[in-house]
Amino acid sequence: MVEYRIDRRSGVATYVQIVQQTKQALRLGHLRPGDRLPTAREVVEATAINPNTVLKAYRELEREGLVEARRGLGTFVKRALGAAPTAESPLHGELEDWAARAHAAGLDREDVAALFTAVLEKHFQGESS
Amino acid sequence: MTDTAIAASALGKRFGRRGGWALRDCTFRLPAGRVCAVVGPNGAGKSTLLALAAGLLGATEGELTVLGTTPAQARTRIGYVAQDKPLYPQLTVAETLQMGADLNPERWDAAAAERIVAAGDLNPKSRVRALSGGQRTRVALALALGKRPGLLLLDEPMADLDPLARHELMGVLMVQAAQHGTTIAMSSHVVAELEDSCDHLLLIGGGRVRLAGEIDDLLAAHTRVSADADADLAAHTVVESRTTGRQLSALIRPAGPLPDDWRTDTPSLEELVLGHLRNPGAPALAPAEEAVA
Repeated sequence: MVEYRIDRRSGVATYVQIVQQTKQALRLGHLRPGDRLPTAREVVEATAINPNTVLKAYRELEREGLVEARRGLGTFVKRALGAAPTAESPLHGELEDWAARAHAAGLDREDVAALFTAVLEKHFQGESS
Repeated sequence: MTDTAIAASALGKRFGRRGGWALRDCTFRLPAGRVCAVVGPNGAGKSTLLALAAGLLGATEGELTVLGTTPAQARTRIGYVAQDKPLYPQLTVAETLQMGADLNPERWDAAAAERIVAAGDLNPKSRVRALSGGQRTRVALALALGKRPGLLLLDEPMADLDPLARHELMGVLMVQAAQHGTTIAMSSHVVAELEDSCDHLLLIGGGRVRLAGEIDDLLAAHTRVSADADADLAAHTVVESRTTGRQLSALIRPAGPLPDDWRTDTPSLEELVLGHLRNPGAPALAPAEEAVA
């Protein structure tokens, strides 16, 4: 079972926080296929957030094929989440090279972060992280 | 049954024949099952609106439908907690709950009411007069929820509570909404206090409705823009705009796509509310109005 922690000052929409924390639990193996997510009632009692926010997050997870709602029983994990590309993956290596080149070109940490965020925004527009 | 909890049309309330209008021209619709934040500065008309919906005040003009009927006829199905949490000081907590049971013979949920009181570590034998403000709030909420209302009207319910009790009682209210689909309207002048618990907003300023609708829709309808100082906003509805040096920052309701070189971002609920309250002349937005007419 996961327990959600809502950070009101994060600037991230509450339902997105629930989606992210569920995915995190799936990646780390704290949630496995067949496990039940907490009911909306359990979540709102602990967090005092609106029940529709919980349902919205669960619908999003369902839409992504990660969980399924079983009528009268609850919402259950359908599949685990593969881990993010590891240090050996080509994507990781390319990013390493890129960062090294940026550093060599004289960009400082904040320049690089701004550039990376801008590109990320462009390619993943409208997708929640 | 009806899918509308509260519908107001050109609703107005004036105290005394020569008094000012506490509320004027209010038109909005609150769908059933929502948790609605009634927000506005002190003296905006929040309490007046809630008291009208509870059937404790009569409207001076306009129409108000609550749970499909008049507020007076809906009263057995409404739970109302006024700002000063009126209770009988000479009764004990247990006697107060017994009174709730006696007054609501068909609907009373004794277990629910007792659970709320017990969670606050209240001695049932304590007299109401000896309770702290927060404890009185708890008893008043127990009384309102024990009634198993279809609509719960709460005027500044959290004002007297410490952060722990506030969180816990807000949780109790959310469970009520999740389990019974109870419509809840609660007022506050602190937006942040309600932001996560509410899905609907009614913003009142100067006795009028400034914003009404689903919070997600209202946020999506607005954009925070920063652009060059000479950017032309004329095509859009401008809530507020400010120019600092070469930069313009504004809160707008876009009428169409925005130029690529404007930096845009979704406002927070607090930014949206403050933007409208700082600018009383900004056009109101109440998408639900069409549904009423």
